[in-house]
Amino acid sequence: MTTEVYESVLHPGSLVAELKKNDVSHVVWLPDSETNFLYNMMMEEPTLDLIPVCREGETMAVAAGLWVGGANPVVLIQNTGIFEAGDSIRGLCLDLNQPLVMLVGYRGWTRRGPTPDSAGRFIEHILHAWGINYYLVETDDDADRISIAFDESKRLNRPVAVLIGTEFGV
Amino acid sequence: MITNTDAVRVIDTNREDAVIVPTMNAGNVRFGLPSVTSNQNLDLPISGAMGKASNVGLGIALAQPGRKVMVLDGDGSLLMNLGALVTTSTKAPKNFYHFLFNNGVYAVTGGQPIPGSEGVTDWEEIARGAGYAAVFSFDNLEDFTTGISEVLAAEGPVFIHLAVEPEIENTPVQFRTRASRTAQQAYEEVTAALAGDN
Repeated sequence: MTTEVYESVLHPGSLVAELKKNDVSHVVWLPDSETNFLYNMMMEEPTLDLIPVCREGETMAVAAGLWVGGANPVVLIQNTGIFEAGDSIRGLCLDLNQPLVMLVGYRGWTRRGPTPDSAGRFIEHILHAWGINYYLVETDDDADRISIAFDESKRLNRPVAVLIGTEFGV
Repeated sequence: MITNTDAVRVIDTNREDAVIVPTMNAGNVRFGLPSVTSNQNLDLPISGAMGKASNVGLGIALAQPGRKVMVLDGDGSLLMNLGALVTTSTKAPKNFYHFLFNNGVYAVTGGQPIPGSEGVTDWEEIARGAGYAAVFSFDNLEDFTTGISEVLAAEGPVFIHLAVEPEIENTPVQFRTRASRTAQQAYEEVTAALAGDN
């Protein structure tokens, strides 16, 4: 008797479909180890305008300007970038009540066992400290949580994080 | 050198329907843009995220390509986020005008010198090297007053270096004159104005 081992994964197409479903106009982003396949797919999606930045703290500020100008941006960075971007999150996202969905690569996430990576150890504590709600997306079945995050951010005028916990398949 | 008030007055006089994003001294309520502005509904002062005014301006410029966006930056502020120059030139918005108020000091914290203020830093070369489409520099009011038309006729992103007299703030923050609007009110008002609600 054999046991079929099946592990569901998160494909970049599921994320792009969510971005399109929520009428995202711009993706303000800095690459992380979880999102190269997503980058390739976003590049081929004509409805998305990619804005690369040099440091993650810029993403919230560019997104704030886009929102003021009538666009519908999303931020895509790694959790290490959330640590770097603290003053932008405080001074823009929270102080201005900015409705913003932040897609955050969950480096060091412990689903497959303990990790010495402190990026994974601290991220949820930091989000709790700021009062930023978040959702975990690890497979295609979870992708619709991104729509929940969009709805919540616009309804409450708050930033909401989506932690991307699984490397993408092709 | 140019006084802070004169610099913001020249810019405001020539703004037409531009959005202006000032920070630090350029956004000071006593001698910055709020003291001379002709259209507060299109002013978005940024002080809550250090060094990020130009990023906010970039976002507005990309969302509103038919309208000029003027960022009034500080030298200490820009040093905190120097990569923003490359972020801006990568998207190359033609409607983006980046004024640098170079006073050589951290004016809002008591006037301490910024790194590179002793003639080490060449801001014009930095902007050119980062990829700005046009670079200007003014160190007196007369030249700035006559040159602003050429600046605003240039295709962006444009960088304008201004040698500005320091206006030092030594009063403790809680005793300083406060803006008539909170940052959130300004954010909501500019958003509404650009949406055509005002």
